[in-house]
Amino acid sequence: MKRALAVIRAQLRASLALAVQYRLDFVVEGLLALLWMGVTLVPVLVVFHARPQVAGWTFPEMLLVLGWFVALKGFLEGAISPSLINVIEHVRKGTLDFVLLKPVDAQLLVSLAKIEPWRSIDLLGAAAIFAYAFHQLGRWPSAPQAWLAAAMLAGALLILYSIAIIVVSIAFFAVRVDNLLYLFQSIFDVARWPVSIFRGTLAIIFTYVLPLALMTTYPALALLGKLSLATAASALIGTVVFAGVARAIWRASIARYTSASS
Amino acid sequence: MSLRTAVKAYPQLLRTGFAGAVAYRAEFLIWMFSTNMPLVMLALWAAVARGGPVGAYTQKGFAAYYLATLLVRLLTGSWVVWEMTMEIRQGTLALRLLRPIHPLVAYSAENLAAVPLRSVIALPVVAILLWNARAQLGGDPVLWLMLLPAMLGAWLLTFLVMSLIGTLALWFESATSLFEAWLGISAVLSGYLIPLDLFPEAVRRVAVVLPFRFLLSFPVELVLGRPSRLDALSLLAAQWGYVALALLATRALWRAGLRRYAAYGG
Repeated sequence: MKRALAVIRAQLRASLALAVQYRLDFVVEGLLALLWMGVTLVPVLVVFHARPQVAGWTFPEMLLVLGWFVALKGFLEGAISPSLINVIEHVRKGTLDFVLLKPVDAQLLVSLAKIEPWRSIDLLGAAAIFAYAFHQLGRWPSAPQAWLAAAMLAGALLILYSIAIIVVSIAFFAVRVDNLLYLFQSIFDVARWPVSIFRGTLAIIFTYVLPLALMTTYPALALLGKLSLATAASALIGTVVFAGVARAIWRASIARYTSASS
Repeated sequence: MSLRTAVKAYPQLLRTGFAGAVAYRAEFLIWMFSTNMPLVMLALWAAVARGGPVGAYTQKGFAAYYLATLLVRLLTGSWVVWEMTMEIRQGTLALRLLRPIHPLVAYSAENLAAVPLRSVIALPVVAILLWNARAQLGGDPVLWLMLLPAMLGAWLLTFLVMSLIGTLALWFESATSLFEAWLGISAVLSGYLIPLDLFPEAVRRVAVVLPFRFLLSFPVELVLGRPSRLDALSLLAAQWGYVALALLATRALWRAGLRRYAAYGG
């Protein structure tokens, strides 16, 4: 465990050092992140111009969902995807051998290989959205509500990461699908709306099969004090099980890996 | 290179491009499927319209709008900016320059050749559109006839803007970032996320004259039968005006850029 932490620290330091070499990117990518945040907000502004409430959500409540969405998207595109896209590249070129040879868990090693620290501007943007939303609501979350939201967020991050790991595992079987991760990134756009927007089959899919909507809806509900402890607990249990399955799939894929050379 | 050689070579370029698209069909499919923003927006507006129509849009109206948006986006998409910037950075543009055909012409053939395959993928969208929201579609055959040049114009404008920004990679490394910014602004102002007539009056008035509208919203408006024949005709003229402008700008920029181009790694 101690060793794993040391590896994580070393990996993070290395990828940060790699990223800060490109200083101009910080400015450019930061500005772009701000622009996209604005683009994300526009539809909601227009919708709530027409209606005071959508599917049971008021404007500030909807902003909370969007805040979580912006934060999670920043995390997905800034911390999870860049590393895992590398893995697919490794598989294709056969250089994954070098990773597997190292005496550290391969999943740990590949998951932090590359991060884009400028995406942390998304987190700042999310914080600003939260501040504005709570200002509009006229109240702030209590400490237990904030803690519950933090727990749900941790769960959401774990699910996000697990889905990405599963997607990458597919690369071991079908090498040509290197843009499957981009597909997932675009499907993740669904998470910008609360789950109650969806009806029928879609609601079931986004709650149980691909729990995208829950990732942003549950933390937002927790902040509003509308999430029951029982629901939160079962969501977290589900998350841990899901992560376990993802881990198993990753191990099975690694076991089947035969390298691109020879 | 004369225009005649280009015209003569074009069919073969199209065939080669088509073969390329078919060869990478799995990747191609996945890229197509990642165009799902209109459906995400439709989910939101469908929920909103449950309580009654918004502006001119009922639930079915929104379905027709966003399906048409998806259709136009699928058929008019290009990727030339990514390819150009990569080839300029890696120096492989030199290979294209050696060939006796203008690189921009070759790029256009490659991108255009993907349209048949795109159409195959777009067919289900058309089917759902016709089945589900046919009452929302326009009934004037003249407007439907105008859809053809409007789609071609939208495709050309998309392609030319991409080429224009891609050409900038001859000067700056961050041309793709510039294109990302264009994408973001265009998502809002082209009607991709929100029908333009739902914007506040002040925004709408600006949006309808900017080039973004002609990339997407204009063909969609034709599908829905919104404009009158006369309006449609003047819009079509405006669209092709933008196309001509983009063509001239791209050509001028390409010439200027090529003069200072020195392939890397040679």
